[in-house]
Amino acid sequence: MSEAQNHIGETDLHAWADGCLAEGRRVEVEAWLAAHPEDAERAAAYRTLNEQLRAHFEPVLDEPVPERLEHAALRRRRWSVAAAVAGWLALGVTIGGVAGWQLHARYAPVPLARTETPVLARRAALAHATYAPEVRHPVEVGADQEQHLVAWLSKRLGGDVRAPRLDAEGMTLVGGRLLPRDPGPVAQFMYQSAPGRRVTLYVRTEGPDQRETAFRFAREGNVRVFYWIDRKFGYALSSADLEREELLRLANEIYRQLNP
Amino acid sequence: MSDVVSLIALIPRLRRYARALVGERAAADDLVQDTLERAWSKLHLYRHGTDLRAWLFTVMHNVHVNQVRAARPTAALEDDMPELAQRAVQGDALLVRDLERAIAALPAAQREVLLLVALEDLSYDETARVLGIPIGTVMSRLARAREKVRALMQGKGGSKLQVVK
Repeated sequence: MSEAQNHIGETDLHAWADGCLAEGRRVEVEAWLAAHPEDAERAAAYRTLNEQLRAHFEPVLDEPVPERLEHAALRRRRWSVAAAVAGWLALGVTIGGVAGWQLHARYAPVPLARTETPVLARRAALAHATYAPEVRHPVEVGADQEQHLVAWLSKRLGGDVRAPRLDAEGMTLVGGRLLPRDPGPVAQFMYQSAPGRRVTLYVRTEGPDQRETAFRFAREGNVRVFYWIDRKFGYALSSADLEREELLRLANEIYRQLNP
Repeated sequence: MSDVVSLIALIPRLRRYARALVGERAAADDLVQDTLERAWSKLHLYRHGTDLRAWLFTVMHNVHVNQVRAARPTAALEDDMPELAQRAVQGDALLVRDLERAIAALPAAQREVLLLVALEDLSYDETARVLGIPIGTVMSRLARAREKVRALMQGKGGSKLQVVK
């Protein structure tokens, strides 16, 4: 037994289970575990528990977020400005009252309560903000199963849903998911460009009394949305990464493909 | 990404942690809602540029502590202070094999450490900062939590920890 192995302790077993040992130490710990079956069993049980916990609670990430929580998160819209000010204050920078107020007046977004943004655009922006940053679970069904995805979403929405092709615009289909509400089911398709910029297309069934509309633009936080109603569906194209003009170009392309 | 969008994007993760922490869905969402509301009122304490998720876990921890304390004035989150969930299963430890019930049987202080490390993948340092405790306390709570869950899952009951050489 080497000198180092004598110093393998309780903390090392946990760190091994949590995968946070430096490479050299990991090798030492594994040598110890190979020679000490009881410790090896214990460390393996800890690691298994981690996996069980993640597997058990992972589905919570994919549940639709209750509306009351979205409202709680959005209740005030001055978050970024206030946080930035707080940050500067923490650094000891004094901001004059007038300067601070001007900053606030210039950058504070429109409060949610009196926003004119219609439900379609607002929900689309929220859905975008919820899923676009996802690294591990951006979609429920990946683009590799596109036929299945489109058939599934069409069935759930009760109409012929299609995933427009935006490859010529530099956006590749990542996949899609079903969002269960609003008030009927909603489909969300996600596209991504090579540098990792994302847009989502939100598709919901509209009632028969809804008239068709031209493109309209809305902004929620830093999510830009173009939305329109076309025959039986309402569409909203959202992105926090694309500028308004780029987004409009994509919206035009989508409209063109859906109305050949 | 603005912080508003970050905040919305973090809701699913807050919900996951809260669900594991308190067990029941509605109560967990209540905790998330209280956390978000408290986050707004404590915004001046958030240091811009630091990990927003970790900060929200801290806020949630404080909200949770206060709720538990309000429910049972003498309990707080002391290590050896069992919560209601544990009392419910204590006499029946042999039957506790289910993961959720094993987690629920932990004292809240141990459960928090275990979940932040094992479920939320925080480092020991981050966990110590989130909970405002020394890293040595993180390690001892983590060790006790894991041994207890292991024992419960093996149906050995929580009272007799295995002898560690």
